[in-house]
Amino acid sequence: MGFERQEDFGTPAVKSDEMVSLTIDGREVTVPAGTSVMRAAAEIGGQIPKLCATDNMKAFGSCRLCLVEIDGARGTPASCTTPVMPGMNVHTQTPRLEKLRKGVMELYISDHPLDCLTCSANNDCELQDAAAQVGLRDVRYGFEGENHLGLATDFSNPYFDFDPSKCIVCSRCVRACDEVQGTFALTIDGRGFGSKVSAGQVEDNFLGSECVSCGACVQACPTATLQEKSVKAIGKPERAVVTTCAYCGVGCTFRAEMRGEQLVRMVPWKDGKANRGHSCVKGRFAYGYANHRERILNPMIRESIDQPWREVSWDEAISYTAARLNQIKAESGARALGGITSSRCTNEEAYLVQKLVRGGFGSNNVDTCARVCHSPTGFGLSTTFGTSAGTQDFDSVMDSDVILVIGANPTDAHPVFGSRMKRRLRQGAKLIVIDPRRIDLVRSPHIEAAYHLPLQPGTNVAVMTSLAHVIVTEGLADEKFIRERCDWDEYQDWARFVSDERHSPETLEAVTRVPAQDLREAARLFATGGNGAIYYGLGVTEHSQGSSTVMAIANLAMATGNIGRRGVGVNPLRGQNNVQGSCDMGSFPHELSGYRHISDAATRKLFEDDWGVTLDPEPGLRIPNMLDAAVDGSFRAIYIQGEDILQSDPDTKHVAAGLAAMDCVIVHDLFLNETANYAHIFLPGSTFLEKDGTFTNAERRIQPVRKVMEPANGYGDWEVTQLLANEMGLNWTYTHPSQILDEIARLTPTFAGVSWERLDREGSLQWPVNEKFPEGAPIMHVDGFVRGKGKFVVTEYVPTDEKSGPRFPLLLTTGRILSQYNVGAQTRRTDNVLWHKEDLLEMHPSDAENRGLKTDDWAKLTSRSGETTLRVLVTDRVAPGVVYTTFHHPATQANVVTTDFSDWATNCPEYKVTAVQVMPSNGPSEWQEDYNEQAERSRRIVQAEPAE
Amino acid sequence: MSEGTIVKLRRMANQIALNYAAIGADSAVLATADHIKKFWDPRMKSSIFADNRTDLSPIATAAIDLLAAGVTPAPQSGGTEFNKVNEVGHSDAG
Ligand code: SF4
Ligand code: SF4
Ligand code: SF4
Ligand code: FES
Repeated sequence: MGFERQEDFGTPAVKSDEMVSLTIDGREVTVPAGTSVMRAAAEIGGQIPKLCATDNMKAFGSCRLCLVEIDGARGTPASCTTPVMPGMNVHTQTPRLEKLRKGVMELYISDHPLDCLTCSANNDCELQDAAAQVGLRDVRYGFEGENHLGLATDFSNPYFDFDPSKCIVCSRCVRACDEVQGTFALTIDGRGFGSKVSAGQVEDNFLGSECVSCGACVQACPTATLQEKSVKAIGKPERAVVTTCAYCGVGCTFRAEMRGEQLVRMVPWKDGKANRGHSCVKGRFAYGYANHRERILNPMIRESIDQPWREVSWDEAISYTAARLNQIKAESGARALGGITSSRCTNEEAYLVQKLVRGGFGSNNVDTCARVCHSPTGFGLSTTFGTSAGTQDFDSVMDSDVILVIGANPTDAHPVFGSRMKRRLRQGAKLIVIDPRRIDLVRSPHIEAAYHLPLQPGTNVAVMTSLAHVIVTEGLADEKFIRERCDWDEYQDWARFVSDERHSPETLEAVTRVPAQDLREAARLFATGGNGAIYYGLGVTEHSQGSSTVMAIANLAMATGNIGRRGVGVNPLRGQNNVQGSCDMGSFPHELSGYRHISDAATRKLFEDDWGVTLDPEPGLRIPNMLDAAVDGSFRAIYIQGEDILQSDPDTKHVAAGLAAMDCVIVHDLFLNETANYAHIFLPGSTFLEKDGTFTNAERRIQPVRKVMEPANGYGDWEVTQLLANEMGLNWTYTHPSQILDEIARLTPTFAGVSWERLDREGSLQWPVNEKFPEGAPIMHVDGFVRGKGKFVVTEYVPTDEKSGPRFPLLLTTGRILSQYNVGAQTRRTDNVLWHKEDLLEMHPSDAENRGLKTDDWAKLTSRSGETTLRVLVTDRVAPGVVYTTFHHPATQANVVTTDFSDWATNCPEYKVTAVQVMPSNGPSEWQEDYNEQAERSRRIVQAEPAE
Repeated sequence: MSEGTIVKLRRMANQIALNYAAIGADSAVLATADHIKKFWDPRMKSSIFADNRTDLSPIATAAIDLLAAGVTPAPQSGGTEFNKVNEVGHSDAG
């Protein structure tokens, strides 16, 4: 495939039922009313020269290059800002226009360095294109006069440069930052000739500014002023392959632009339905980990974890692994074996791992990292609505009037969706934030939450129930919807329950610390403000009552009639890129793909016939139960694909003890992660750039992942699982992941209509895709709930046992930040560390002062589980009595202090509430030092002998 | 079975029972039993069956007794019987 920029229609597409017909250069064209003349011309293949217009932002009309003549109209209007009118007759090429455009172009070029041949954007520059289009050959003004050519380049951002000498002040970058990203980091300083783009103060550079390095301005810039460093280093791309980001649950699609086998840059794909041409710093720039020197490319084995690693061939590694597994199975039975699927791998890979565990190992001991994040979503939403997924697509937010965000931080954790939400909020939608911490969304440029309810960590259920109390007792419930759509008796039980005075905001204020008046007003706003949508994240699920809060959220949506159309709904914001997919694929120990319980004989038979095996009808162990069973000696071997449970799971010491007790720990990953310190076999993994497959994002959107380069380790992850399966005698014969997808479709009713060919053709599909929903389902529960009648569930607030007291007077809650991803194994190995070098402990000024702590001081963080040290950041973002940290760096070991308490229904750990004490300290804790020593010892590698 | 594990299992059973308590004791016993049946691995079940009930709440005790006696409670919490096999067109979304 040759290389071309994605087509640019100049102005955004307009949605309208009214169509308008007009004539452009003698050709008739019909477009939706409100479309610009420029876009109408582009739709019939015409190219009106332009510089300041681009189709992902509103037209601005500043460059005057896109002039046209319109019969009967005076002058030469700009086509980007002129809407089409019925019967219009437009001319885009006339001698008069040519002359005018040439004049405009000349002025631009006279202040632009004429080093096109050596410029890194040569042949990929819109200024150059426009000059050619208007036929500009020479410039009359020369460079003698005043110009901007001497301005210095800003190299501060690790991923792109800003060379102001090439700037034509079209302000596309400024508008991209405002309209698309919503950060408002850039301005045009000065006026007229003196004007120039600036990231904040004069002395500021990009890195020091508000810029979050999303890359929207770089993509928008028509010249080489803002350009990726990688283009300078590697050269212009030669081909582009559309693929899906492997970082977060937004699921942005990108054009991976390649030169030979090298990735030049990732450019957001404008046709991507999840991201609509936008991206964040992770997907856009942080892919360098794929070539990081610490990536392991050869399989390695060792007898015991105190030995150094020994590199071996793939053959030896696979036969050794299979032999170990078979031996343990023979000694201790199938239930001594298990596996963990990865939310970072593809659907096909997760499916194969659970198939290997169930069909090959012979147990149902398979779990996935969703255990520690969204397992309560699965439980809660399938109980109330009948299906384990969010109800909306991302676009739905543009129809919301009231947005309730609880326990989520979209601008940091789901940035591209966060930008979309911010755009809707700037248009006037109202915002309610329920979070112990003042997240950015509460107050950011041009956005202010109507209500921020800073609740005490651990009291989500109490807050949700008191919101319901207000809605029911003040007569604000949508009875018509409830009678039609929900089980009326169950509703009445629930209504009676929430109406009880003990659930009033006034009574619960003592527990939640949310001012009752604010809570009442927020409830009224949500119930009466129009389309109400609820977005939530791990601040909801990672609690001892995570599942109850999910059900309470569902109750609230049903009680207010906010389900089943655009602009409303219950929306879990998924953490990792393929959390939804890995759950859909049967990664939980009690269910097969499509959330069908393993005890169901008919479902089992379907799989048994297809796979030619017999399945265990009993549910298997979940991750925390596996670790307990390992300590007890009944669970001995585990195959972990793409997960770092030692760093990401709670109560690190217990995880370490569980892993240490196992006889065979197989880690299949890119790096020697923390878990690998306890592994006996290391199978090198492949990156998302090196394999085909699919990911499913938070809106149930299945999107293709495409191979753009050969796997540096030799095999895609699905191939490694297949090698192991075949060594264990399973006779799998997949030659491409599309065949695995076909099998999934064959065995899973919700995926019945999904195939690789269809995804190729249509770009993406939102499950369910089957006879009833042949085109997929962007919005769910439109005509009725999946389970039939919506189920109201009584959710009693049960305070967590994890309470602050004299020994541990503060509550720790955890979260993540924009530039880093999960355990940071990938992002820590990129320049993203510039924004986040270490995890910090956020603490309220009054708590800090009591302890004599200042920002940057070392502090010791202690809980009943353990202790660690980290630096302090004093801020009033957190309430007094609450401290907050992230978990991106292994050195911090934040999970040394989290406890083994968990959600009552799913065992999802209670990361968000740990009683702690914080005291000044002068360096790393003993555990940290011991741990580092052990980790270092465990990472020694003995290279394979070179062949004779 | 280590001391730690059985203590955890008891805590889990009590926690489930406590969260169902609001629907009334009789229903809560059934829901708790159903939940444990659906989500616990056989070794977890047999450990708690074999354990004495002294640290269990009355609801948890009754639920465990029910399961230990081999009773299969009707599904209580799992919502619906959606997404049945071979039900083309009746996926879990409709
Ligand atoms: S990279 Fe993004 S945040 Fe930074 S200035 Fe550009 S558009 Fe704004
Ligand atoms: S930096 Fe690029 S996008 Fe911004 S004003 Fe200059 S030329 Fe236009
Ligand atoms: S990390 Fe998430 S928001 Fe960022 S580019 Fe990737 S999918 Fe998009
Ligand atoms: S493109 Fe229309 S005025 Fe610049």
